[in-house]
Amino acid sequence: MGQIVQEFIAEYGELLVQGTWDTIVMTSVSTLVAYVIGVPVGVLLTISGPGALRPNRVLHTVLGWIVNIGRSIPFIILLVAMIPLTRLLVGTSLGVAGAIPPLIVSAAPFVGRMVEQSLAEVDDGLIEAAQSFGAGTWQIVTKVLLFESLPSLVRGATITFINLFGYSAMAGTVGAGGLGDIAIRYGYQRYQDDVMIVSVVLCVILVQIFQSLGNVIARRIDHHSR
Amino acid sequence: MIQLEHLYKSYDEGTESHEVLHDINLGIRPGEVFGILGSSGAGKSTLVRCINLLERPTKGKVIIDGKDVTDANGKELSALRSSIGMIFQNFSLFQQRTVLRNVTFPLELNHTPKDQREERARRLLKLVGLEEYADRYPSQLSGGQQQRVAIARALANNPRIMLCDEATSALDTTTTVQILDLLRRINRELDVTMVVITHSLAVARNICDRVAMIDGGNIVEMGPTEDLFADPHSDILKALIASDGAQNRRDTNEAPASAAEGVK
Repeated sequence: MGQIVQEFIAEYGELLVQGTWDTIVMTSVSTLVAYVIGVPVGVLLTISGPGALRPNRVLHTVLGWIVNIGRSIPFIILLVAMIPLTRLLVGTSLGVAGAIPPLIVSAAPFVGRMVEQSLAEVDDGLIEAAQSFGAGTWQIVTKVLLFESLPSLVRGATITFINLFGYSAMAGTVGAGGLGDIAIRYGYQRYQDDVMIVSVVLCVILVQIFQSLGNVIARRIDHHSR
Repeated sequence: MIQLEHLYKSYDEGTESHEVLHDINLGIRPGEVFGILGSSGAGKSTLVRCINLLERPTKGKVIIDGKDVTDANGKELSALRSSIGMIFQNFSLFQQRTVLRNVTFPLELNHTPKDQREERARRLLKLVGLEEYADRYPSQLSGGQQQRVAIARALANNPRIMLCDEATSALDTTTTVQILDLLRRINRELDVTMVVITHSLAVARNICDRVAMIDGGNIVEMGPTEDLFADPHSDILKALIASDGAQNRRDTNEAPASAAEGVK
C-alpha cells in the first residue's frame, strides 16, 4: 500500500500540486476582481432603489437588467463566447490566465446581488440616525452600510469564492488548468480513475477549508446581538 | 428657539394624498423641555423629524434660532443637523462599532482629529456613567445602557437642541426614570433645549415644562404641563388622564399586597 502511494505521488504529485495552485490562483484572482466590480454595483442597486438614499428609477432598472442578463447566461456558453474578448484582454484564451476573464464576468453580477442583499439587512434606523448627525450619502455608504454589513459581506464572499471554485473546474473543459482540468483530462478522457478521484478529493478538502475559514472570520468580526 | 409656522405634511399614496400634519404652529423656548404627547399614528414622529428636516414639510416654515431653515441643503443642512442631537426608541446604535466609536461617530463626520474626538467621547461616556464600557459592543449592554450611549453620541457635537423620539418606550419603569433624570440633568447643566416625543403621560408629567397634545395631525391643546393636566380641555387628553388614573389606582391597590409579601 505504502509503495502504491509513493509511486502515485512520484508520478502525479507535481501535477496535482500545480493543479491545486492553479485552481486557488484562478479562484482568488477572479473573486477579488469580481468584488472590485460587484461592490459598486451592489451599492448603486441599493441606494438607487425606490425610497432609498438616492432613488433613481432609470439607473436602478437598467443596472438591474444588466445584472439579470449577466446572471442568466450559462457559464459554459459565456466561456466560449468570450474567447475573442479574453484573447484581447489577457493575450490567450487558454490556461489559468484565459479562465480568469470569463470567471469575473460571470461572478460580478452575482456579487452585485450578494452585496445588495447584505446591505438590505442594515437597519433603516441606523441610516436615519446617521442622517440625523448630518452624514452625507457617501459617508452613509462607507461608514454605515458597508461597515455594518461586513460580517454578512464576508459570508457572501465565501459563497462567491466557492461558486467560482466550482466554475473554475468547468473552465477546465477548455483547457484552463487546475484540478478540474486534471480530473477531466485524466479521469474522463483517459480513464485514470485514481487521478480523477484524488483531484476530486482535493477539491472537497479545499472547499471545506475555505468555507470554515470564511465562517471563522465572519463570526469573529460579527458583533450583532443574536 | 424652534419655531414651526403653519406646518403641513402629507404623503402621496398613488393618486391619493394622506395628510399627517395639519397647520402646526408652535414655538419652543430656549432651555425648556417641550413635550409632544400623542397616541401612535398621531403624527408626532413626523413632527419631530421636521425639526431636523429628516422629513421635509409639504408647506410651512421651520425656523431655528431665528433662521428659516426649511429649504436647507448640502453643507447648510449638515451643519444644522449636527447642531441638533437625536435619540431614538430603539437606540439605533451601530452594532459593529464599540461604545466609544459610536460616540465618536458624529465627530468623524465632520473630520474632528482622532485624539480630540476620543477625548470628547470619553468625557461624554463619563457624564452618562459608562466610561468603563468604552470598548464593549452595544450587543453586550442592557437597554438602559444602550440609550445612555445614544445620549452620549447625541451630545458629541455640543448641540443646543436634543430631539428624543420615544426614548424610553422600550425601557422598563425603573430604567425610564433613570434615563429621564439623566435627560433632565443634561437639560439643566448643559443648557440643552429638549423636544420629547412620547405617548406616555407619566413621561410628560415627569420631565416636560410644557406639553402639546397632538391628535390626527393637529395640535389640540398646548400649555404648561401642570395646568394642562389639572384642567384638560380636549376629549383625547381627558380620556388619556382618566385611563391613566384608573391604571394608577390599580397599581396602588396591588402595592400593599406585594409589600406584605416582601416582609414574609
